[in-house]
Amino acid sequence: MSATDQTATPATTATGAELPKFGETILKVTDLQKHFPRRTKGIIPRPDAPVKAVDGITFELRRGETLGIVGESGCGKSTAGRTVLQLLKPTGGTIEYLGEDITGVTGGDWRRLRTEMQMVFQDPYGSLNPRQTVGAIVGAPFVIQGIKPKRGVKAEVQDLLARVGLNPEHYNRYPHEFSGGQRQRIGIARAIALRPNLIVADEPVSALDVSIQAQVVNLLEDIQNEFNLTYVFIAHDLSVVRHISDRVAVMYLGKVMEVADRDELYANPQHPYTQALLSAVPLPDPRKANKRERILLTGDLPSPINPPSGCVFHTRCPKFRTELSDSDKARCTGEVPQQREIAPNHTVSCHYPGPPPAEILVLEDDPEAAYDPTALRGAGDEEVVTATGSDDPADPTRA
Amino acid sequence: MFAYIVRRLFSGIVMLIVMSFVTILLFFSSAVDPARVMCGKSCTPERIEQTRKALGYDKPAVQQWTAFLGGVVKGREYPADEALRKAAPQLVVDCHAPCLGYSTVTQQSVGSTLWTKLPVTGSLAIAAFIMWMVVGVGLGIISALFKGTLLDRAIVGSSLLFYAFPTFAIGIALYTYLSLKWHLVKIPAYTPISESPSAWLQGLFLPALTLALVYIAGYVRLTRAFVLESLSEDYLRTAKAKGLAPRKILFKHTMRAALTPVVTAAGLDLGGLLGGAIITETIFNYDGLGKLAVLSNAQFDLPMIVGIVLVAATFVILANLIVDLLYALIDPRVKYA
Amino acid sequence: MSTSATTDHAARGASGSGDVPALLSVRELRVHFPTEDGVVKAVDDLSFDLAPGATLGIVGESGSGKSVTSQAIMGLHRGTRAKVGGQILFDGVDLLTISDEELRRRRGQDVAMVFQDPLSALHPYYTVGNQLVEAYRVHHDVSKQAARARVIEMLDRVGIPSPQARFGNYPHEFSGGMRQRAMIAMALINDPRLIIADEPTTALDVTVQAQILDLLVGLQKEFGSSIIIITHDLGVVAEMADDILVMYGGKAVERGDADTIFYSPEHPYAWGLLRSMPRMDRLRTERLVPIAGNPPSLINLPTGCSFHPRCEYATAELGCFTTAPPFDAESDHPVRCLIPHTERLDIFENSVRPSL
Ligand SMILES: Nc1ncnc2c1ncn2[C@@H]1O[C@H](COP(=O)(O)OP(=O)(O)OP(=O)(O)O)[C@@H](O)[C@H]1O
Ligand SMILES: Nc1ncnc2c1ncn2[C@@H]1O[C@H](COP(=O)(O)OP(=O)(O)OP(=O)(O)O)[C@@H](O)[C@H]1O
Ligand SMILES: [Mg+2]
Ligand SMILES: [Mg+2]
Repeated sequence: MSATDQTATPATTATGAELPKFGETILKVTDLQKHFPRRTKGIIPRPDAPVKAVDGITFELRRGETLGIVGESGCGKSTAGRTVLQLLKPTGGTIEYLGEDITGVTGGDWRRLRTEMQMVFQDPYGSLNPRQTVGAIVGAPFVIQGIKPKRGVKAEVQDLLARVGLNPEHYNRYPHEFSGGQRQRIGIARAIALRPNLIVADEPVSALDVSIQAQVVNLLEDIQNEFNLTYVFIAHDLSVVRHISDRVAVMYLGKVMEVADRDELYANPQHPYTQALLSAVPLPDPRKANKRERILLTGDLPSPINPPSGCVFHTRCPKFRTELSDSDKARCTGEVPQQREIAPNHTVSCHYPGPPPAEILVLEDDPEAAYDPTALRGAGDEEVVTATGSDDPADPTRA
Repeated sequence: MFAYIVRRLFSGIVMLIVMSFVTILLFFSSAVDPARVMCGKSCTPERIEQTRKALGYDKPAVQQWTAFLGGVVKGREYPADEALRKAAPQLVVDCHAPCLGYSTVTQQSVGSTLWTKLPVTGSLAIAAFIMWMVVGVGLGIISALFKGTLLDRAIVGSSLLFYAFPTFAIGIALYTYLSLKWHLVKIPAYTPISESPSAWLQGLFLPALTLALVYIAGYVRLTRAFVLESLSEDYLRTAKAKGLAPRKILFKHTMRAALTPVVTAAGLDLGGLLGGAIITETIFNYDGLGKLAVLSNAQFDLPMIVGIVLVAATFVILANLIVDLLYALIDPRVKYA
Repeated sequence: MSTSATTDHAARGASGSGDVPALLSVRELRVHFPTEDGVVKAVDDLSFDLAPGATLGIVGESGSGKSVTSQAIMGLHRGTRAKVGGQILFDGVDLLTISDEELRRRRGQDVAMVFQDPLSALHPYYTVGNQLVEAYRVHHDVSKQAARARVIEMLDRVGIPSPQARFGNYPHEFSGGMRQRAMIAMALINDPRLIIADEPTTALDVTVQAQILDLLVGLQKEFGSSIIIITHDLGVVAEMADDILVMYGGKAVERGDADTIFYSPEHPYAWGLLRSMPRMDRLRTERLVPIAGNPPSLINLPTGCSFHPRCEYATAELGCFTTAPPFDAESDHPVRCLIPHTERLDIFENSVRPSL
């Protein structure tokens, strides 16, 4: 299909702004906040302490990369994703896209943003309107934006369906006639319809079986290469995030605890929370599993309405409990740790970061491949990426 | 909880005020001129004007409404027109606060008329309610437990039949056959319970059954659906896996969850029963609110109409509130504050 | 000859022929659901043994019949339209033929269950404490006070802080992890000899999952119960299970001890499962290797080997499209595959293992 036109056209956005080179900043999020208001209960309700779903997160997104966001349920991953896309109105902080502040844009500007940024949702059942045909679902972005593709919407949609590994003849079918993995493909086709630059995928494979999950992950990777996409990939499965991400951000209770390049984060996590999270992942290898130690966190995730003072993690932090002196502890309970860079491309929000205990590390073989940000996807702007096509054996278009 | 009730009552009162206005507005926007109808055949424009004044329909709707609200708060005098009151002081009626109005058609205060009709409709409503709850819910449970059997299909089928028939057809059929032809039931008539409880009950049977039948049909299906849903809940599987006896699973675990929404629906339906009562009371010549509503409408008796609307609305609002409170009582997940 | 070998495999416990008699022996279990669209063969010809104190993991894709198997052991298909056949021997007694009353007595007492979603598995209108008291008093004729004391002790054992105060909470007032702890307390309260945990941690975060798995292992050591853990997470079975049963399309396609399944699996579906998941403990691969196609319909199972449409090694010569594979007599553990044993070992060594 039109993969070659896509990359041959000069790299500009719908507004005509020039896209940065691969590996350069495309989106900059500074101190982003999303507090959901709450009201007291009483005869006359008044505003009450808000839900601090996202409470001051800072990160950068580089063109062509995949940023993984991981963290426990309720830590604000989805809210962060939606706020970045302006599907939720942030209550603080700024979002810069291509150097331009897009925080709180409305009307036509907001609509135009939708052609640049799209979302893929977790629930392959709930996110597709059961009464619309697949054709209508995937074609909706054209209709909404008033865009008329040269060859007509139908031909374009059928191309998209073929591209995500669905049979284009299924144009007139309804979502319930598809399996979970196929529905997720429909959601992906809809997201790439307008050739966005940025896609936020919110747990796109969490509801799928491993075998199907692998199909969808591969599809996401192919499409990223083909359309030069930048991804924010939200998930709670650390193995999947490691596979797909170039960099990973770890969230806890509305805050970012640690951001690092993928290999660095998995081999050398510095935040006690990241370490606990990694050690909790069960390994599909009985011998290793028996040898490995786990850092068990005690208690439950505190409420985002009334987060702990100082470092939000201190109530469950194993290091805080066992290693720190009283004066150190006072710092954790009293002072909010800032996100600071402890090594190039590695930031941590912890007063006392440190290397992980050796027993929790799982990788025996040394990762000899150091991460090279300039080698991102091996594709520069000038280079024409050839369409890889689907190598998924399940792909009906191959049959 | 207290704050919640206060808030709900407050919003209920606001709703009643709005409804009184809407009723008056609707009355005056009707194409028919009540004064013209009332004044009969040999009518001159002057007589129409006079009748209008006497009825108090000469003022614009907004003024009528403020006068009505004033009457509720302070009480008022009738006729509404000051000149008429001066002309015939001996005819002036004083309506004390809270005054719901004075019907110039029946020459009675709206409040006292409603008060005499309330027990009639109330008896009917309560009797029908008990019937439909016992029979409807009972059959619904049975049909859910025997899902797919002949019994289930018979119950669901016949309830569908009753559901499809209009109330008046059922009422007239019951009346004609059970009382008039076969003499199985006494000819229904209302006797106050204070006079003779047994006569009260006998007189009530047919009208209440008529009123209840449609609801029974609806509740069979509603109950059946909720019991079936509850039967497929995960926590019932847990109850079975614990080794509980089937009876205990049914009564303690299934019913409590299944009947909560049924109770809710029942409360709301009880509040909105007046619509059904209109037809039933007309068929059986029961002198209750339903019949009064029909009559007042035919006679363009605005004060009475407003009064009936407000009484009916109050019931709906209170029923709603009680249902919500009940819900919080049954289901610990629901909390109001 | 091949038949006798097959039965031999079917009868032998996955952990080999132990000296201890099995606590649970499932023999040729069948669970079929007649529906309007046809018969759903949810479980077909399933056999396994479970030794006292051992843990069996059942893995397989969504819809492969894992939960239906566990429900059959609990006797939860009784009184439904499901057609259940075969034998489920618990301590030599066939749970499929005992009376309803006898079955009821054993539920919760001999065999207890932990369900996937603890929020929906607990009754929303009763306090957690009361639901546990009820579970205890079904099988123990004790006063409410005595039961309450036992419940508080159990809540404490599973790590619920201030169990006295928590006794009167409703399920929705618990966090997900605490609810699952309460479910485990409920399952353990009568000291059952077998605990079936159906995806006990799927709804939970990894950090909480780690706590719950830890708890289960600890309690198993203490109480000596056997566990059947059902999951689609191979990591969880690797951490928990002694033996593993791999299900596909309602059938057991491979059964063996954990080392066998993880280090020398023989069924192409087991290879596919292991290959398709991204692994944190390996060097990152450029691409994942998915299993082609979609899970089969249980109403119209593919002819022959039901995995053949998705199997890259299936050929007509082997009979994969026409012959339902019996357990391979050559193999040292039960494997349903028509590829000759030596060839299978060869494929695994040369083309599968390097990509694991
Ligand atoms: N519309 C809303 N109003 C109020 N609170 C909200 C709203 N949406 C989310 N929250 C709260 O914000 C917090 C973060 O929610 P969010 O959905 O972003 O978490 P998440 O990390 O995506 O979790 P999960 O892994 O379960 O999807 C939660 O405590 C949630 O209850
Ligand atoms: N009562 C029933 N009637 C008809 N079909 C059923 C019934 N219960 C289960 N099934 C079918 O049996 C098959 C196996 O279901 P089962 O719940 O055992 O799958 P599972 O392996 O536990 O999957 P999951 O991982 O999704 O829990 C499914 O196809 C399901 O649709
Ligand atoms: Mg989310
Ligand atoms: Mg299941």
